[in-house]
Amino acid sequence: MNVIRQIRFLWKPLVFVACLIPAALVVGDTFAITGTLGANPIEEIQDRFGNWALRFILITLAVTPLRQISGWNWLVRFRRMLGLFAFFYVLMHFLTWLFLDQELLLSAISEDIFERPFITIGFTAFLILIAMAATSTTAIRRRMGRRWQQLHYGIYVAGILGVWHYWWQVKLDASDPAIYAALLAALLGYRLWRRKRKVAAQPERNRHGNRRLETH
Amino acid sequence: MLIRKPADIRPSEITSRENYLNRRKFIQSTALAGSSLIAGTAAGSIVPEERRARLTGVETSEFSTSEAPNSYTDITTYNNYYEFGTNKDDPFRNSQEFEPRPWSITVSGHADKTGTFNLEDIVKPHVLQERIYRLRCVEAWSMVIPWVGIPLADVIKQFAPQSAAKYVVFRTLNDRARMPGQRSRVLRWPYIEALTIAEAANPLPILAVGLYGEVLPNQNGAPIRLIVPWKYGFKSIKGIVSIDFSETRPRTSWEIAAPHEYGFYANVNPNVDHPRWSQARERRIGSAPQGALQSIFGAKKQPTLMFNGYGEQVAHLYDGLDLRRNF
Repeated sequence: MNVIRQIRFLWKPLVFVACLIPAALVVGDTFAITGTLGANPIEEIQDRFGNWALRFILITLAVTPLRQISGWNWLVRFRRMLGLFAFFYVLMHFLTWLFLDQELLLSAISEDIFERPFITIGFTAFLILIAMAATSTTAIRRRMGRRWQQLHYGIYVAGILGVWHYWWQVKLDASDPAIYAALLAALLGYRLWRRKRKVAAQPERNRHGNRRLETH
Repeated sequence: MLIRKPADIRPSEITSRENYLNRRKFIQSTALAGSSLIAGTAAGSIVPEERRARLTGVETSEFSTSEAPNSYTDITTYNNYYEFGTNKDDPFRNSQEFEPRPWSITVSGHADKTGTFNLEDIVKPHVLQERIYRLRCVEAWSMVIPWVGIPLADVIKQFAPQSAAKYVVFRTLNDRARMPGQRSRVLRWPYIEALTIAEAANPLPILAVGLYGEVLPNQNGAPIRLIVPWKYGFKSIKGIVSIDFSETRPRTSWEIAAPHEYGFYANVNPNVDHPRWSQARERRIGSAPQGALQSIFGAKKQPTLMFNGYGEQVAHLYDGLDLRRNF
């Protein structure tokens, strides 16, 4: 097997299964097989999916820096799958809120989305990720060309909104969202730093001319 | 002042002693079964057996609700007690080593009898009562909890407050060696709470020393805590070491932490939302005995009641007060 086939038929399925473990644990804990969800199971489910959504956004955002620093270019082959898992966990977080927390009560749902800023922010991040997930196939990517890249810079915005959403809803102790914020700042800061360095290194005439599209 | 009794309890609804004891047995066995599932507890039980002494001579109270209480496991594993950490399961994990005895309470301020008293000397003159109360957290969840305690009003009387005493101020133990959560500066320590003298004289508030007929567990505020059932849970201060009769209103812990979100009164009020979430409904939490799916899909939210349903007893305390401004 060559390396590409090995990634496709061995490593990708393995990573796929690993990415499903947090969801499997929610199911296992629901039936008290792997653990418990505690006294407030709905809140626990919602928090776990939300946390994993943020973690997968950060993992996805770590692919490019890791690749550039280590030279492991094969990492990019996992990026779309990791991004789709971020969307999956956001979707589960949203569905838990919609069905279990709000019990599909339309008045409560619209009040939450339009009157509670931290939910407005989270919902906006969710909409961005829907657009990205819906355009994630190779065929659509080719068809969209340049606009695809612009749309998919949306993960930076979704990451910032997601951490903000978390930070804003904690009652008082912001130590957990602060960790996410620090990691996100590092991942985005790295990109800014690299971009600056590259611009500075380029000769003057190229700066506005054929600047290569950044990959994120 | 006319204190009306709650209308919702008929004598037939009061649990007989026999049923109560059976229920205790059932709860103990389910609590043990439940606790063995919670990973990370070395001892395998939420509250060690030696800390679960039964309280004797406990009387029932007409103020108790007939609603079904939450399980012992729920009440002892889902706590807000930042002195032992900010996660809901931190208090039961981090309070296992806490030694709540001997304990004394310092009484100060505008009262005839001030000084430092042993806990036993404060509690002994009173008959223990079981009070099954609704607890409504400011986070929009609620429980029903069978406390055992003594009426706050009687304890206050015991210290003979003077007319200058307008507020009763309580403080929690401040000892970071014994309360690991105090190493974080998430709140300003010691935790401080207060009631007006009229609120403290109302027959509903109690100083709780027990839960489910047993000694109060550490994670629930051992050895002695306040219970004010018509106010959000954070008013019901735990691990009390001082009572001060004050002429001025102190700034309470959550008021200091976020004054636009948490007020001095903190009365349960479905019409005044928290700035970030609705207070109109609440989730009566609890792992339902019917099974896991039931506890998830059956945990319907219910409307929150004004003064947590204790309006008949306490609404008159706030006549003429704008509750929207004085939240």
